[in-house]
Amino acid sequence: MIEVENLTKFYGPTAAIEDVSFTVDRGQIVGFLGPNGAGKTTTLRILAGYLPATRGTARVAGFDVFKDSLAVRRRLGYLPENVPLYPEMRVRTYLDFVAEVKGVPRPERARRVAAAMERCRVDDAANHLIGTLSRGYRQRVGIAQAILHDPEVILLDEPTVGLDPKQIIEIRQLIRELAGQRTVILSTHILPEVEMICQRVIIINQGKIVAVDTPENLKAKVRTSATVLLQVDGPAAEVREQLQRVAGVLRVEERPDRADGRIRYLVQCALHRDLRRDLAAAVVGRGWGLYELRPADVMLEEVFIRLVTEELPHEQPTGQEGEQ
Amino acid sequence: MNVLAIFKREVRTYFTSPIAYTLLTIFAIICGFMFTSILAQFQRAGFQSAMNPSMAQGLNATEWVVRPLLRNVAVILLFLMPIVTMRLLAEERRTGTLELLFTFPIRDVELLGGKFLAALAIFLVMLALPLINILMLASLAPLEWQAIGVAFAGLMLLGMTFLAIGLFCSSLTENQIVAAVLTFGAALLFWIIDWSADSTGGTLGQVLSHLSIIRHFDSFQRGVIESKDLIFYLNFTVFGLFLTMRAVESHRWRG
Ligand SMILES: Nc1ncnc2c1ncn2[C@@H]1O[C@H](COP(=O)(O)OP(=O)(O)OP(=O)(O)O)[C@@H](O)[C@H]1O
Ligand SMILES: [Mg+2]
Repeated sequence: MIEVENLTKFYGPTAAIEDVSFTVDRGQIVGFLGPNGAGKTTTLRILAGYLPATRGTARVAGFDVFKDSLAVRRRLGYLPENVPLYPEMRVRTYLDFVAEVKGVPRPERARRVAAAMERCRVDDAANHLIGTLSRGYRQRVGIAQAILHDPEVILLDEPTVGLDPKQIIEIRQLIRELAGQRTVILSTHILPEVEMICQRVIIINQGKIVAVDTPENLKAKVRTSATVLLQVDGPAAEVREQLQRVAGVLRVEERPDRADGRIRYLVQCALHRDLRRDLAAAVVGRGWGLYELRPADVMLEEVFIRLVTEELPHEQPTGQEGEQ
Repeated sequence: MNVLAIFKREVRTYFTSPIAYTLLTIFAIICGFMFTSILAQFQRAGFQSAMNPSMAQGLNATEWVVRPLLRNVAVILLFLMPIVTMRLLAEERRTGTLELLFTFPIRDVELLGGKFLAALAIFLVMLALPLINILMLASLAPLEWQAIGVAFAGLMLLGMTFLAIGLFCSSLTENQIVAAVLTFGAALLFWIIDWSADSTGGTLGQVLSHLSIIRHFDSFQRGVIESKDLIFYLNFTVFGLFLTMRAVESHRWRG
């Protein structure tokens, strides 16, 4: 449903996102997870047809977001980060306006507006001025606006930010209900939120995709292991076996290196156990050359830790890693 | 219709905020004031001409009241039109609603067209005010309606150039006041641009004097439609809207 390839956006000389690629299947709810400044908003804006990308392509429902912008925008509902609405308009009038701009035919308009209001539970505020609504209600009007024309794809940029716990639960419930046939991408920097509503997580950090997986897998990976990278001069199969034998090693992966022909091994170790000494001993003990030994790319872990610690103060009083 | 949706919302916004009422009230007061003072002069002249039969011809209400009134209206528009357009894009940029609008399935032309037409509608309502004064005059003296119609068409075209300048300036900033000041500055510059024409001379001088937005009003004020003036106003407006589109586009590129 959504295919993003090597998407890059430069603001002046600095890249907000770089070579971002991912795909999202129809009917999925995908969490776009990353700390502040990661590039979530930038990516969503490009998908929504607001920002042109510097490089790369993005397709929504088979249409290029840049070349076929109108076709994409007809199939897409978008809720920007700070929920920009017209404060001087009443909820119903506003939604009616949006429906008209989005090309909902006149006879259907009132029905669609009513349905969206009911769905997002803002019908009791239908005649209120948007400027007088509470934050939670505004957020829901924003979502109602996004789903008005029954789009195939919904993009929500931090839909729960700034809400109180009760409202957060309501909005999450609403998002879950919206899914089904629709494809939803929601950005957030709250880890548990993703676990609760998303089938898949795309983790982005400093403009780059760090991981794409199910929330369970990602958590398992981070929780149970740390990765060490070794470069060994020796017969591959034997090295592998030897490394595998070290106590605490979960898995060994080979990474042939193009440059010098030497093989690198990614060793996953049980968490909280520094196995570097044992690994080194295992290699050197067999007389093989040990050229490199270092903790592997810890991007994912780092991101998780940042996300988790950001989360701590307001939602995780017990301090457990991202659990409810 | 997308354009219509934008148009209706904009017009409604003019009247839900105090902008339209304030503008219309001030404009009505100034027009009324100018009308009465011009009329008083006219009546004085009429009284004198009754004393002095040699002046009796040529005392024509269209020429003596309507033309000066509309000329003055043109000047007032220079001051008031920036207020009509200042909000159109600047405010939506400030609040972020423009971002959302750009993700709706609507072309930039339709979006800007709707906004331009809404401002034009407000402007036409404004123009009704001097027309009311003139209708009052019609009960006192015979008028040349065709010439008056042409003069109003000229005012409308002149106003459209203000609107185009205003929409463009409103696309450049998030601040309504800045947009209004820019609009006023640019419109004033185009108003007086022919002042330097005589001293410049040559082709440049001709170009400068051709660019003056008020010089092209002269023929309309006299009650004749000259196609070159008509074309100038239309070109100016279309070009302004085109520039606005470009500005909006480039703003999006920069994010
Ligand atoms: N208009 C802009 N001009 C220049 N730089 C920008 C602009 N918009 C975003 N950036 C930069 O691009 C990077 C990505 O920003 P983006 O808003 O996409 O992050 P985000 O993941 O949405 O963050 P947050 O969680 O704070 O909303 C940031 O470093 C930001 O400073
Ligand atoms: Mg953001």
